[in-house]
Amino acid sequence: MTDPHPTPEVVSALALADDETAIRSTGLTKQFPGGQVAVKGIDLSVPRGAVFGFLGPNGSGKTTTIRMLLGLISPTAGSFAVLGRTMPESARDVLPRVGALVEGPAFYPYLSGRANLIRLDAADRSVDARTSRARVDAALERVGLSAAAEKRYRAYSLGMRQRLGLASALLRPRDLLVLDEPTNGLDPQGTREVRTLVRELASDGATVFVSSHLLSEVEQVCTHVGVMSRGRLVSQGTLDALRDVTTARVRVVTADTTRAAEVVRGLGLADVAVTADHVTATLGAFASERVTEELVRAGVGVRELVVERPDLEDVFVSLTGEGFDVEQ
Amino acid sequence: MSSSDVAIAGRSWRARFLASELRLVFTRRRNLAMLAVLAGAPLLLGLAIRLSTRRPGNGGGGGPAFIGQITSNGLFLAFTSLVVTLPLFLPLVVSVVSGEAVAGEASSGTLRSLLVVPVGRTRLLVVKFAGIIAYAFAATLVVGLSAIVVGFALFPTGPVTLLSGDTIPLSAALVRVLFVALYVAAMLAGVAAIGLFVSTLTEVPLAAMATTAILVVIIEILGAIPQISQIHPYLMTTGWLSFGDLVRDPIAYNNIVQGLLVTGAYVVVFGSMAWARFTSRDITS
Repeated sequence: MTDPHPTPEVVSALALADDETAIRSTGLTKQFPGGQVAVKGIDLSVPRGAVFGFLGPNGSGKTTTIRMLLGLISPTAGSFAVLGRTMPESARDVLPRVGALVEGPAFYPYLSGRANLIRLDAADRSVDARTSRARVDAALERVGLSAAAEKRYRAYSLGMRQRLGLASALLRPRDLLVLDEPTNGLDPQGTREVRTLVRELASDGATVFVSSHLLSEVEQVCTHVGVMSRGRLVSQGTLDALRDVTTARVRVVTADTTRAAEVVRGLGLADVAVTADHVTATLGAFASERVTEELVRAGVGVRELVVERPDLEDVFVSLTGEGFDVEQ
Repeated sequence: MSSSDVAIAGRSWRARFLASELRLVFTRRRNLAMLAVLAGAPLLLGLAIRLSTRRPGNGGGGGPAFIGQITSNGLFLAFTSLVVTLPLFLPLVVSVVSGEAVAGEASSGTLRSLLVVPVGRTRLLVVKFAGIIAYAFAATLVVGLSAIVVGFALFPTGPVTLLSGDTIPLSAALVRVLFVALYVAAMLAGVAAIGLFVSTLTEVPLAAMATTAILVVIIEILGAIPQISQIHPYLMTTGWLSFGDLVRDPIAYNNIVQGLLVTGAYVVVFGSMAWARFTSRDITS
């Protein structure tokens, strides 16, 4: 299989021991019976307590990965552990501690929102039946669905359905939340509420693994990101590292652009571009202080020196080689 | 949560999930509508017999077994109704409920929600099967009870003359009706197992329902071809109408036991196939 886009360099693989990771995989691969390889040997490493944004265009293998992590489909190669336990052997002990929302909400259309949650709670052998009602009410309250609890799911709007899906993940305390596109179909207010919820869950100590094809959602809540493209995990690391290393640029505004460009080139920075009143270059992990220092030493009159952190959108497009709403 | 709490919750869990499944099956409007239709069958049958026997010279000719006795004793409407509904109506409603079992959850996506709760796949199958069997029992009892009520309302009652010629009191005859209903329901377990298996093959519940019903009809057709009578003992439908033996005195158990064994074999075979398929399947719905 030819890949027109070479895999960009991995930003930073996180070296963590098993008990420090909420999710860890080695060479995780899924080839469907038709021959299509949806996930190609990914090595995920999600630190405990992280809010991990799992990004990638539609069809890049995010949901297939999530389904494998939750034991819904079996990998054709590779291994993985969730909350430090080898899966799928430990699914029975691990999954009760994992709240999940997989590929959009799915409920019985002819049951009310509350009845749907009670049904799922009844299926959970790790919880106390006596607290069922209280926990269901609390979950509904937390996602703002208390008023619509008795309505049939059939009559719910897409946003309400998504909220009910989130409520089902919150029926009991969780150590890990796996949320697949949780803000899909939500209005801006709802999206903000989900972000707040994710922050709350994380501050309670839970690890949150949230997939999205919309960068803007993830950028604001995540501590870490992994980027999927065509079934490969092309980048993984802290959000800051990703932003820094990939394409951070320095922009120097000066009257003496020729001298400035020489200095910048002299420092080994790439992609130096010169215009009438400023010079730009790729900074990468290079310290901007050093640039300032060298310019001053060379006697260049610096009017302004700015490190431009690129929009993550640009970072991801450069990593995945395509826009974020492009179907593969 | 301490380990003892988990143990307590664990003990109550099985019953809780089963109760939830039963609630799901028995509150579903479509399932209730099918029960209502089944309850209507004895009424139609009773009215037809009542009205036709007013016309002279039209009594006792043809029709299913027991039908001639109904005009003399209303209780026979129960037996007649079960004879009439067993070949088609009852297998059909069991096909619908069993075809829905796994395929319905898959098509609504709730299957993945249940599995990540997590519900073990084997447990899910066992609970689903229990739900179908409960519905099959309910369906049979609805036919029997409706027939008893209609029979008593439209026809004379009293001591019952059995097929063997003996007469037993009405109360004892009612117990026989219960036996028959239980036997019929047990026979439907074979349909339930086929339906459960088919249901694990698809995400389209209608396809599972239709396939199950068609398989049952094929088995019935095979049972009606005398040239292949050597395979008839192995067809699950062969034992279905043996329940007439429960209306003799003493009860002739040979065919009854044979019927139960053959049905048991179908349950084991199709149950194992459902298990093998479902526990190894990728859930992509």
